[in-house]
Amino acid sequence: MRPLKIIVLAKQVPDTRHVGPDAMKPDGTVNRGKLSTVFNPDDLHALELALNIKDRVPGTTVTILTMGPQKAADIIREGYYRGVDNGIMISDRRFGGADTLATSYTLVQGIKKLAPYDLILGGRQAIDGDTAQVGPQCADKLQIPQVTYVEEILEINDTEIIARRRLEKGVETVSAPYPCLMTVHGSSPKCRSRHAKSVMKYKYARSKTELRSANEMLLSLHEKRQYLTIPEWSVEDIEADVTKIGLAGSPTKVKSVESIVLTAGEAKILTSSDTDIEGMIRELIEHHTIG
Amino acid sequence: MKSVMVYCEVENQIVADISQELLSAGKRLAQKLGCPLDAMIFGSSLSGIESQIAPFGVDRLFVGNSMRLEPYSTLPHTALASKILKEEDPQIVLFGATSVGRDLAPRLASQLNCGLTADCTILDIGDHFVKKEKKEYKDLLYAIRPAFGGSIMANIINWDMHPQMATVREGVMKKDIFDEHYSTEVIEVDVNSILKEEDFVVKIIERHIQKSGVNLKEAPIIVAGGYGVGSKENFDHLIELAKLLGGEVGGSRAAVDAGYIEHDRQIGQTGTTVRPKLYIAAGISGAIQHTAGMQDASMIISINNDPDAPINKIADYVINGDVGVVVPKMIEFYKKNAK
Repeated sequence: MRPLKIIVLAKQVPDTRHVGPDAMKPDGTVNRGKLSTVFNPDDLHALELALNIKDRVPGTTVTILTMGPQKAADIIREGYYRGVDNGIMISDRRFGGADTLATSYTLVQGIKKLAPYDLILGGRQAIDGDTAQVGPQCADKLQIPQVTYVEEILEINDTEIIARRRLEKGVETVSAPYPCLMTVHGSSPKCRSRHAKSVMKYKYARSKTELRSANEMLLSLHEKRQYLTIPEWSVEDIEADVTKIGLAGSPTKVKSVESIVLTAGEAKILTSSDTDIEGMIRELIEHHTIG
Repeated sequence: MKSVMVYCEVENQIVADISQELLSAGKRLAQKLGCPLDAMIFGSSLSGIESQIAPFGVDRLFVGNSMRLEPYSTLPHTALASKILKEEDPQIVLFGATSVGRDLAPRLASQLNCGLTADCTILDIGDHFVKKEKKEYKDLLYAIRPAFGGSIMANIINWDMHPQMATVREGVMKKDIFDEHYSTEVIEVDVNSILKEEDFVVKIIERHIQKSGVNLKEAPIIVAGGYGVGSKENFDHLIELAKLLGGEVGGSRAAVDAGYIEHDRQIGQTGTTVRPKLYIAAGISGAIQHTAGMQDASMIISINNDPDAPINKIADYVINGDVGVVVPKMIEFYKKNAK
């Protein structure tokens, strides 16, 4: 069959699965500096799905696209280490503070620059928000169909792609035409590990901004091997409307946050008396542990 | 006044539990706002479906009735909902945070260019002062949800790009019959004139839906029992508590071996590893094989007769008592105190 052009949407996220006691400031806000960053787990599954299709359909290319601060160049390098063909960053301070609507607008402006494409893959959701919104919102803005919660690609041919979806109470098999957008469920196969050869080839890949503080060796290497320079798209590069990006383009705003991390301490010892049990239940409701 | 609208899920002529919960929550919001409650439902063979929806106090029900609307598929449901929302212009729209709601709501939010808050656990109405504009916005939706892996609760508002949309997790909102004899106006949606052929490009080939799936890994709350639960009957209390809290039931290996609970609900090294927000360990001593699979829970409650049970060392609450006594009391006091 004909080769496909695949775009993988990936995000760098704070590692919310390992929130330590110092991850919260005394005022109840998140201390982002204390959280390490990781490749969003579901996006790694999406990357594997893309690479798997590349294995099955010769000539297929995989481009990884990420929006984020400078540090997000790690995502592109990680993509290269595992086998993508191209990597692009959308990075500009003005994109900061975006909610899902502004994020999807921004990503779509980038995707349009990469058109034509056959398939867009992303993780079902990102662990810093768990919203699962950006995939469907991108599909809508691109006016293409979406297939969410994909677990496995069962069949792939020139006109359609058949996938199994993991729903909360079962599975569903659907066929979709190209181009379409799929969000990938965490129950799909784990991402392959890095190839030693790719790591050798791309370990000096740097974004333009990173190169500003690079030494002579790195600069001359990038001159000789231009594939090492990670493209970095700004607001102007993707022709974004500034009223639709960042905080200004985000309808949802955080009014307040309340910390519910209880510091690990001595256990409360209770009896089975009504007073003790009711007191505990009230505390749990008050702390939103139970609804 | 602009309404509160609820998107209802339906399968085989049964309105989903989550939708009934949303209708109840929607009614409470509508009463605070003094506005009507509307709902929309799209499916197959829906004549008479209003009898399941009216008792929640729904003023108008938009019904899209067609063989082609069931089972749920993204594009046709988006097209219908989008048309209704654009015409009716409600102030708040609620969806279940389910496979369906989480697929549909974001696509709609993009189409309507509005805000959407995912997985809310509390909904309320309140005001907000916008400093920049020096303006007080009245009667906004407070969409409150856990964030950052459950370590904070965030109150999300949206004052300028309406409608205000939210998805709500199943089992969070209390189901409330408003009036058994409430009269609902049914409005038939002209499905065929709205839907186009290209809304059906994604085809469902096969579907396997279980009545109840075991999904321990994603359960926010787990009520687990051990050998100390004592009997299958006592285990029924655990099941009731889990259901009430919107969680799942699990068990230690000893409980599985004793036949109290199915093997696919085993937690621990040889079973599933879980990281829920709340883990209630009932009659579990806490062998390392078990704790390895649950010690990352954000909060642990241990109910045990033995004050020296090893699990008590990692618990946040230790209740020294009998599972058969404590768990029914937890059910009772939860029912009494839950909002």
